[in-house]
Amino acid sequence: MYRLAIKMLMGDRLKYFGLLAGMSFAAMMIAQQASIFVGLISQTGTFIRGLPYVDLWVMDEQVRFSEDQQPLPDTALPRVRGIEGVEWASPMFKGWLPARLPDGTRLNAIVVGIDDATLIGGPLAMHEGTLEDLRRDDAILIHYKEAGTKLKLEKAGGRTLRIGDRISLNDHDAFVAATFDSDPSFFWDPVIYTTYSRAVQFSPPQRNLMHYVLVKLKTGADLEAVRAHIERATPYKALTQGEFISLTRDFIAEKTGILINFGIAIGLGFFVGMLVTGQTFFNFTLDNLRYFAAIKAMGASSWMLIRMVMLQVLVAATLSLGIGLGIAALMGQQLKETDLAFLMPWQVPALTAGSLLFISVLAGGLSLIKVLRLEPGVVFKG
Amino acid sequence: MTTNHTNHAAVSAQEGARVAPQGSSVAVRCRNLTKTYGSGDAAVRALRGVDLDVQRGEMLMLVGPSGCGKTTLISVVAGVLDRDEGECAVLGQDLASLNSSQKAAFRAKNVGFVFQSFNLIPTLSIAENVAVPLLINRVPRKEAIARGAEILAKVGLGDRTKSLPTKLSGGQQQRVAIARALVHSPKLLVCDEPTSALDHKTGQKVMELLRGIAMGGDLSLIVVTHDQRIFEFADRIAEMDDGRIERVTTGQGHAIAAAAH
Repeated sequence: MYRLAIKMLMGDRLKYFGLLAGMSFAAMMIAQQASIFVGLISQTGTFIRGLPYVDLWVMDEQVRFSEDQQPLPDTALPRVRGIEGVEWASPMFKGWLPARLPDGTRLNAIVVGIDDATLIGGPLAMHEGTLEDLRRDDAILIHYKEAGTKLKLEKAGGRTLRIGDRISLNDHDAFVAATFDSDPSFFWDPVIYTTYSRAVQFSPPQRNLMHYVLVKLKTGADLEAVRAHIERATPYKALTQGEFISLTRDFIAEKTGILINFGIAIGLGFFVGMLVTGQTFFNFTLDNLRYFAAIKAMGASSWMLIRMVMLQVLVAATLSLGIGLGIAALMGQQLKETDLAFLMPWQVPALTAGSLLFISVLAGGLSLIKVLRLEPGVVFKG
Repeated sequence: MTTNHTNHAAVSAQEGARVAPQGSSVAVRCRNLTKTYGSGDAAVRALRGVDLDVQRGEMLMLVGPSGCGKTTLISVVAGVLDRDEGECAVLGQDLASLNSSQKAAFRAKNVGFVFQSFNLIPTLSIAENVAVPLLINRVPRKEAIARGAEILAKVGLGDRTKSLPTKLSGGQQQRVAIARALVHSPKLLVCDEPTSALDHKTGQKVMELLRGIAMGGDLSLIVVTHDQRIFEFADRIAEMDDGRIERVTTGQGHAIAAAAH
């Protein structure tokens, strides 16, 4: 009977494709919204993830996310360096500075100052030039994509900022020495790398200007022991990469309302999907009601009818899931070349599959009630 | 009623049974059947104490005005509807003593259905449609389709086994429905207005087919109909009105069958 159930499902092409279209739309909505949400959340940790070799990030205990400016005193660096188990410790400046482009366009930029001597903390991938170019006078690095977007010269016809251009950072002259590459960030201002000493020089006079101490542990050193030692010996907190990413993600999610907004969007996708799927499948079953009635009269048990309808549900849901996820993935692929957020880890297809299965079984269950409660008159009347 | 009837007076079921084919045992035996739909002021008493016997090998026609309880009666007899009161034994089985699964299994094994609007599943080939009762009885698909094709050949549609029902005429579709009703060799065939959707000539052919293929063994037929033109095929005709069988008369069916043989 199950092959016949499948033929009943697929036999009427128009209704079948209508059913698939509705359910695929639901799957696509859920997967796409969830992927954008995951992508956005993931982008909040781009900067931290860009320094995978750092074992611990030491920062002020009140820091709430990666762009939070809670500086440490200069003494923090030698104190951390002096702790047993620390292989090396590097200073990092990270803060917003006003910038003026060659054409007079003004904007704010996130300036990252990395250790002058070792250049630890710099971008992992360069696009044009090398990290060593930072050693040139007044040198800065810019993101090669941002050079044509966030840093483009609006007043000069939208020209891309190029290597060799000079810009002003807080009224200090700076020279674009090279371009780097990195994953897109959640934060909207352009990122500019320079040396730590130069960043301090660019900043307004302030007592404390070091925002992070990047720590690498000695081989074999126990991370928890070193962390405990740092937190015992200094008033600062030390976070692993994962912890710092989580801290940033949770803060952004909570403070920006992004979680609620996307939760609503996903919920709407789920709700619309449920309506579309439920309505479509319910109509499909209603269209076939008299045939189910005939099959029931001919001796099919309720259990057999349940299995037939559920098989139809599962086949339709599985195919729709594939189509919906495929469309969502293609959309994601198209977004890959842009800075727009889209990330589809295995949890997204799992969530989509679970949701669609729930929607489908619910719709199938509702239509089954109709099938199982068939009046005998339906069997015998035209 | 046609002039073929031997008894125009209201007769009891027992009297009707006396004019049934001699020597055959009872396939359906109902006594004082009642069935009410709804309750209170909205209650509709569809059956008000029906007595009915149907013999093995007999074709009984149930006739009467719309709403007189014909459909309710065959629903109860076929085991798709529960009676309120009374007794009803079908093929020696009291259906009220069975739960819904057992009743479904009983129908699957013993009852064939021919519906007014055929109820052929439009997305299945006619061989697959005919195979449905066998598949319900868990006959392997290949064998079921083969047996479906065999019986389709008997109803003259052996060359159309892969056709979809929508490609057939009304008469052909009803022949498929008859093939489907008979494919699992049931003991009781319940036909609801089998000729109402057909023209006279096609209706006659369908009834000839029913008599020719279905009868001869111990298969019993109950045919609900308004179509007076097919009364001649009945062994007996039970007239219903207002939830009761008012009288049972004989038809020419037996003579037709004998002549055919």
